Amino acid sequence: MSADPWFVKRQIGFGWRPAAWQGWVITVVVLGSGIAAVIVGRVHKSLLGYIGLLAAFGLYALVASAAARVQAGARATATAAAPTATAPASAAPAPRAIATAPAPVRPALDTSRPPALVVDHLTKRFGDRVAFQDVSFTVGAGEVFGFLGPNGAGKTTTVRTLGTLIAPTSGSAIVAGMPLLPENGQAIRQRIAIMPEAPGLYLRLSVRENLQYFAGLFSIANPNERIGEVLEAVNMLPRIDDLCGSLSKGLKQRAGLARALLSNPEVLFLDEPTSGLDPVATRDVNDLIEGLRRRGVTVFLTTHRLEEAQRLCDRVAILNTTMRMVGRPDDLRAKLFSRALVVATASPLSSPANVFDSVKGIDGWSLDAVQDENADASTPPPDGGARYVVNVSDPKAVAPELTRALVAAGADVEQLAERVHSLEDIYLQLVNEDVEATHR
Amino acid sequence: MSFSLGRARAVLVKELRDFRRNKFIIGTIVVLPLIFIIVPISDLFRAAPPRLQTVQVGTSLLLLLVAPVVMPATIAAYSVVGEKEQGTLEPVLTTPVRREELLIGKASAALLPSVAIAYLLFTVVVIAVRIGASHVVVDDVWQPQNFLAQALFSPLLAGWAIWVGIAISARSSDVRVAQQLGTLASLPPLAIVALIEYQVITPSVTTALIIGAILAGLDALGWWFVGTLFNRERLITGRNATRATRRRVAPQEAASST
Repeated sequence: MSADPWFVKRQIGFGWRPAAWQGWVITVVVLGSGIAAVIVGRVHKSLLGYIGLLAAFGLYALVASAAARVQAGARATATAAAPTATAPASAAPAPRAIATAPAPVRPALDTSRPPALVVDHLTKRFGDRVAFQDVSFTVGAGEVFGFLGPNGAGKTTTVRTLGTLIAPTSGSAIVAGMPLLPENGQAIRQRIAIMPEAPGLYLRLSVRENLQYFAGLFSIANPNERIGEVLEAVNMLPRIDDLCGSLSKGLKQRAGLARALLSNPEVLFLDEPTSGLDPVATRDVNDLIEGLRRRGVTVFLTTHRLEEAQRLCDRVAILNTTMRMVGRPDDLRAKLFSRALVVATASPLSSPANVFDSVKGIDGWSLDAVQDENADASTPPPDGGARYVVNVSDPKAVAPELTRALVAAGADVEQLAERVHSLEDIYLQLVNEDVEATHR
Repeated sequence: MSFSLGRARAVLVKELRDFRRNKFIIGTIVVLPLIFIIVPISDLFRAAPPRLQTVQVGTSLLLLLVAPVVMPATIAAYSVVGEKEQGTLEPVLTTPVRREELLIGKASAALLPSVAIAYLLFTVVVIAVRIGASHVVVDDVWQPQNFLAQALFSPLLAGWAIWVGIAISARSSDVRVAQQLGTLASLPPLAIVALIEYQVITPSVTTALIIGAILAGLDALGWWFVGTLFNRERLITGRNATRATRRRVAPQEAASST
């Protein structure tokens, strides 16, 4: 007799369910005898004895299955302990082909391949409401492209449109080499993958069953082998038979990412992949995206997390219904903000104008606006020191001469560095411009 | 890309796996057949001359045909709105699966267990009648047209119930409302069948075939109607694509026009 359990406890729901053919036979016999008792008992009371025998057999079988279950449980415990004892000392942990691959160097974009996405004046309206308007950009093959914008800016609708879920109102696009047309919908979907904000897993199915379903939808050859690969890539192979309903949010997100990788997509759309995750889970997902970039997968990443976009993305686009700006974070900084050196001194300069005007290449200067919001230029900061923002066109050329001028003027220089604007500064600048334009 | 049986099969397998762990659907599949088996048998066992056994036989056999209507309607009504509630519909719609493949897969998952259970119920009832009911009732039940009606009408009625269920499910935002409406809306074709079972229309093989053809026509109509509802944009946003959208131009044309 097999020692496998005949019945197993449900992971979701209540009670037990048959897990082997013996369990099914018992279930059918017990149910059948109950039904037969009702039917036959009305006419042939003498048959009740036979039904009683059937019920007794059912009872015996249930007890026997419970015994088998206990034996199987003991065997499983022994099996689980065995590999630990016999594993070689050099056994490596489960590989993370994507997440922990070496060389975190950002590879150069593959310009030999055609762009992964070409979006040209794309617009989507729902009746009178504009979801996004006149959006144009290009995403190169192998690029990680950040798509930023406030809530309601049209980011998700753009992703859905490029993913052929929603038809654009006007404009055109080429997605993974295919024009975005209704007749190309299926071919485009075969080449891309979208992971929505909520991973959308079937909670009553295991991770394996979820991935098997999607492998079938993508007509993947050797699905089980591929499922193993993608789960290994997201470090979830040990959880392959867990029900998705029992996974934490971070693990669900990983399973969703594994599902998106199943078809080896040319373009991977990730819609807020770290939304609602704790810092550790966020870091894990970011590591996975970093790994994808190293493998040359084109990633279209929508996110609210600007530090995430700054770290992961080759270029970013800022959308607020209309496209506000597209480019590398450095280029966006250069477009939006003048270059400047920040000078911090232990005490205010006695004659800052004389110092700064004597240096070639300085276009202007001011006290640091952060410290000087409500004070005039002569008011020293609370700690007794001063910070000056010196506008220059070439910080590297000006910095040595400015240092000499400051020393010559007897200033105690605490810091002299180029002012760096974060992506958040860029984002807030653009979004605030829109808010002000709305109020005007 | 053409219709893929593999993708339709993937949908079918997933649906069946999901059903087996869905308490509501398991409850429907287990409890309803118990009702549909106990009531007709107890009625048929009590039926004896001079009572109106023709009416009782008709009622009992008709009740057996309610099973393949109610069960698939309940399952089908869950199929789309249930996915919407779980948030699983959007990931599925982003795959290459065609509308027809998704519909065939979901419909098969509702049809196969329902028809199997309906046939099983009928088999149990006729055997029980043979064992325990009076000879007059046995003669009334064991008629070829009754067997043909069950064999023919069960899948056809189930088919109608499934398309109605999926149509309502595609337009609903609540599983329970969809299931209640789906069950109610799938019952009317039973009226045609009732005419045979109560012998208002003289039961014969020809009559059964004609009614079967009518039901098949209704099924085809249902399939077409559900197909028109099953639009990706409508399912995701609740709105249809605008006319301008359908006329949008290819990138090359856009470039030349600008």
